[in-house]
Amino acid sequence: MPQTVEDRDRIVITGIGLTAPNGNSLAEYRQALLDGQSGVQDYEIRYVGQTHAGLCDFEETRHQKRKDRRRGTRAGSVGIYCAAEAMADSGLHLDDLDPARVGIYVGVTEHGNVETENEIYELAGYDYDVKFWSHHHNPRTVANNPAGEISLNLGVTGPHYTIGAACAAGNAGLIQGSQMLRLGECDLAICGGVSESTHTFGIFASFRSQGALACHDDATRASRPFDMARNGIVVAEGGCLYTLERLDDARRRGAKIYGELVGYAMNSDAKDFVLPDDTRQAECVHAALRKAGLNADDIDIVSTHATGTTSGDEQECKAMRSVFGGSPRTFINNTKSFIGHAMGAAGALELAGNLPAFEDGVCHATINVEELDPNCHLEGLVLNEPREIGRPTYILNNSFGMLGINSVVIIQRV
Amino acid sequence: MKKAEIREVILEILKEIAPDEDLGDLQDDKSFREQLELDSMDFLDIVMSLRKRYRVQIPEDDYIELASMESTVAYLEPRMADLEKV
Repeated sequence: MPQTVEDRDRIVITGIGLTAPNGNSLAEYRQALLDGQSGVQDYEIRYVGQTHAGLCDFEETRHQKRKDRRRGTRAGSVGIYCAAEAMADSGLHLDDLDPARVGIYVGVTEHGNVETENEIYELAGYDYDVKFWSHHHNPRTVANNPAGEISLNLGVTGPHYTIGAACAAGNAGLIQGSQMLRLGECDLAICGGVSESTHTFGIFASFRSQGALACHDDATRASRPFDMARNGIVVAEGGCLYTLERLDDARRRGAKIYGELVGYAMNSDAKDFVLPDDTRQAECVHAALRKAGLNADDIDIVSTHATGTTSGDEQECKAMRSVFGGSPRTFINNTKSFIGHAMGAAGALELAGNLPAFEDGVCHATINVEELDPNCHLEGLVLNEPREIGRPTYILNNSFGMLGINSVVIIQRV
Repeated sequence: MKKAEIREVILEILKEIAPDEDLGDLQDDKSFREQLELDSMDFLDIVMSLRKRYRVQIPEDDYIELASMESTVAYLEPRMADLEKV
């Protein structure tokens, strides 16, 4: 049977590799989300002192030589782990592929802060004499570093680059991967997002100065989107990379298919450096629905971006109310309540944690809501305990970021 | 530092920059590159480590002297003679 143009344009997820503060595989992570298990812990970082963070404990040397780890970055290491795990999960072997036809597209919120801070800290011990400045600084801090380390590790010779998209980057990586497959620029896209942000004091200090760094006596309760007592963001590290293929390629090799990327959108608030805009967020969701040919009430699960800030959560809830207010079958959850804000990895990780719902029919909860903020009330919000909802057909994933960048992806069960 | 101590220092540095390598069989008269997976960035690491630990400056024109353990130790001996091992 001749292949149709339509099938060449349909992009599916065939592999997932991840490390989250509460799991180093999709199975572990999903179980933690269903069990209400937080990955947030107490954490101390230079100059800032005591705070909380979502930290990962994946085995760095499972797929990377110690020498390369020493030379590279934490983000590169996260990326290598996730890419290798995604490849293994997909059943694809690079030996059987043309490495020039594989593309690597990695979303990052920021890159280079960790390495620059470390180098300056070291340099202070040498009275700021720059002849002690490392020759590794530039290859560690170029913006493509995490994607480049993956290409070096796997021997992929196709395009590799990062997509800088603040905290919308995880979705942006996925979107970029699917676009490049549709354009015929690659036959396999390894894409998603990574974060090493827990290793830069600047991120914590800046959120604290902004009055947006979470604090709680119990670290596991510090990340609490939608709760009346929420007081900010818990910074997390992590990564999640997907293997994306065209549907016909995936079917031809009998691949396991997690879902099809049927809709996506990105837009800009064009309004403020840090404050979100519910109107543009809602427009972004509507644009993704239009692209997928869906109505709001077709969506079974909405995975929210909410980070635990007063304003951000309210704005997103307002946007979601305007889109899904008349959708009684749409359930809504939040993953940052478990793992904190994994920055460039957030969108990709938060989507991944929801995908097993296609099989088990459970919508995981948003945890740590002791008293729901009335301004965050949403019909369908799954609070504190997971809910059996039957196997969903569509999952919509929000991911928004500073400078007013919004991204939405919609995945369909195949 | 005497020759044996300088050799120890270089071995310590090599262990840091090439942690996956077995340095037990390293032959001093053979070039590092023949025996280890070292590239130009690794040689810069050796130079930087010596600079940081002992404030020893190795001009770029002399990098060639770091080809093997034997040549490295011979080159460093007069430059590190008055230094204590740390």
